[in-house]
Amino acid sequence: MARIELRNLRHSYLPKPAGPDDYALKQIDLEWSDGGAYALLGPSGCGKSTLLNIISGLLTPSEGQVLFNGTDVTAEPPDTRNIAQVFQFPVIYDTMSVYDNLAFPLRNRGVADDTVDARVREIATMLELDGDLPTRAANLTPDSKQKISMGRGLVREDVNVIMFDEPLTVIDPELKWKLRSKLKELHQRIAVTMIYVTHDQTEALTFADEVIVMQDGQVVQMGTPVELFERPQHTFVGHFIGSPGMNLLPCEVRDGHAFFQDYPVALEGPISGAGGTGQIGVRPEFVRIADVGIPAQVRKAADIGRHVVVEALAGGTTVNAIIDGPPPAQGTEVNLEFLPQHTRLYLDGWLATERATA
Amino acid sequence: MKTENQRGWLFVLPVLVLVAFNALIPLMTVVNYSVQETFGDNLFFWHGLGWFEDILRSERFHAALGRQLFFTATILIIEIPLGVAIALAMPRQGFWVPVCLVLMALPLLIPWNVVGAMWNIFTLPDIGLLGYTMNSVLGIEYNMTQSPVAAWITVIVMDVWHWTSLVVLLAYAGLIAIPEAYYQAARIDGASNWSVFRYIQLPKMKRVLTIAVLLRFMDSFNIYTEPFVLTGGGPGNSTTLLSIDLVKVALGQFDLGPAAAMSLIYFAITLAVSWLFYTLMTRDEQ
Repeated sequence: MARIELRNLRHSYLPKPAGPDDYALKQIDLEWSDGGAYALLGPSGCGKSTLLNIISGLLTPSEGQVLFNGTDVTAEPPDTRNIAQVFQFPVIYDTMSVYDNLAFPLRNRGVADDTVDARVREIATMLELDGDLPTRAANLTPDSKQKISMGRGLVREDVNVIMFDEPLTVIDPELKWKLRSKLKELHQRIAVTMIYVTHDQTEALTFADEVIVMQDGQVVQMGTPVELFERPQHTFVGHFIGSPGMNLLPCEVRDGHAFFQDYPVALEGPISGAGGTGQIGVRPEFVRIADVGIPAQVRKAADIGRHVVVEALAGGTTVNAIIDGPPPAQGTEVNLEFLPQHTRLYLDGWLATERATA
Repeated sequence: MKTENQRGWLFVLPVLVLVAFNALIPLMTVVNYSVQETFGDNLFFWHGLGWFEDILRSERFHAALGRQLFFTATILIIEIPLGVAIALAMPRQGFWVPVCLVLMALPLLIPWNVVGAMWNIFTLPDIGLLGYTMNSVLGIEYNMTQSPVAAWITVIVMDVWHWTSLVVLLAYAGLIAIPEAYYQAARIDGASNWSVFRYIQLPKMKRVLTIAVLLRFMDSFNIYTEPFVLTGGGPGNSTTLLSIDLVKVALGQFDLGPAAAMSLIYFAITLAVSWLFYTLMTRDEQ
């Protein structure tokens, strides 16, 4: 178990990177505490797998350091870093039994047979693989295979960190949910630092204590799921997290006030930034259909179960609102109201309002 | 609901006719010869299974079969491990990949009788590069037209030179199909190089190696051109493999009945061994 620090980390797959565009990871400084559950969230190609491989030692970063418990391990190979990694596609040793698969990482490290046996049986019970132990691993279903992959990661007691690289991609939706809660439960039981890479916000938000949102090789925001939802530091986070994502409306900033097509919009607090292209950000959950406010025309309404998502067009900008009760008919002229304490201003993409001091 | 119809047969019919014309009917004429005695002039006399009995009891056939089995076993024992070893040593990416692949494919592109002729000249004691070097430079007596041991070594080395590439290419194809995650997982699990080979590479190569062994078995068991051009089956009968012996019986002595019986026995052995091997190798995949 370890506290993990990443210092001034940069990585390029090119031998001689010229500009910032040549870097898959631009500048990463992070500190993760021992025993935490973290998720790296971002779209494909944002550098999250690169970052994971640098932590596991499969890749050596072009610049910067990786520290486990304060010790620099940047130059160490994966086997001496004492980490575990679960891959996107289940990696199993086909010719071995489930038992031998689980025992493999221990036997390679010369662990005594009775300890191996005890650990394998304990992990098999945790993952509900007891009955399959003597079966040849190749004959199992994909989700059982992925459980074996996870089991091989969990079987060593002393690992510094367990990393998951989109481990549920090949799993059926129904089992996905089951394995996800299993993972959460395992983390609570063994308290090893875990890092979970995914592009699926639901997976990230349900698994992690803290989520790191990445875009273009940079960390955009690190925070608890609630923080990411409530106060996205960047329009990317606002848009990427949430379903549908945050509404972003182009606006003008004059005399410390924000205007959307000449309608003044009340914000959560005073504007802190200066200049730049402004955008008003408000989540669909905090948009109301009211008697007064920004005029808009309803384009469609989608019933998503407990709520209705109304898509309205306000002067060329699409605004989503999540409302209870019956939706207005298509084509209706309505007025939209934003809840001020949840309405934020972004300048050049970054949050530029101060928290309301109420 | 799936409705049954017999239209499928119609699509297979052209192939069936073609195969019948070029394989089944000629094979049946062989069967026809194998149970009859002929003295020319299209006169045939029923001989039953007499030729089969003669062949199965003949010491000459036993000797040729023995040589054939020894040859096939030897080249398999050399070519399969060697081919796998070369495939493991080949680069997986970069500039050298196409270079290696082309070099490997070269021996396979040479016509069989050219291979035989090449090695024949190569080993001539007075003018061949290898023969001259061995005899006159290194002082090792080497003449495959006189020494059976030298002839055997040459035939085997020639086959290894010609056909190991096939094993290499198949094994290489199996190796590059292994996803990188397997190697990464093995590194994280602390596996040794031997473990990686034993538990990842070898199992993943099993299918292609089964095909490689099967192809090399069939080809080497039926081999004719190269050893015939190289040694002509000599010195004496020492490198007379089954097919060479068969041609001697059929075309040299024009004993069509015994030759037909011998072909059928030969065919049955090849078929039986191939089937048995393939069944055993794919048994646990169901």
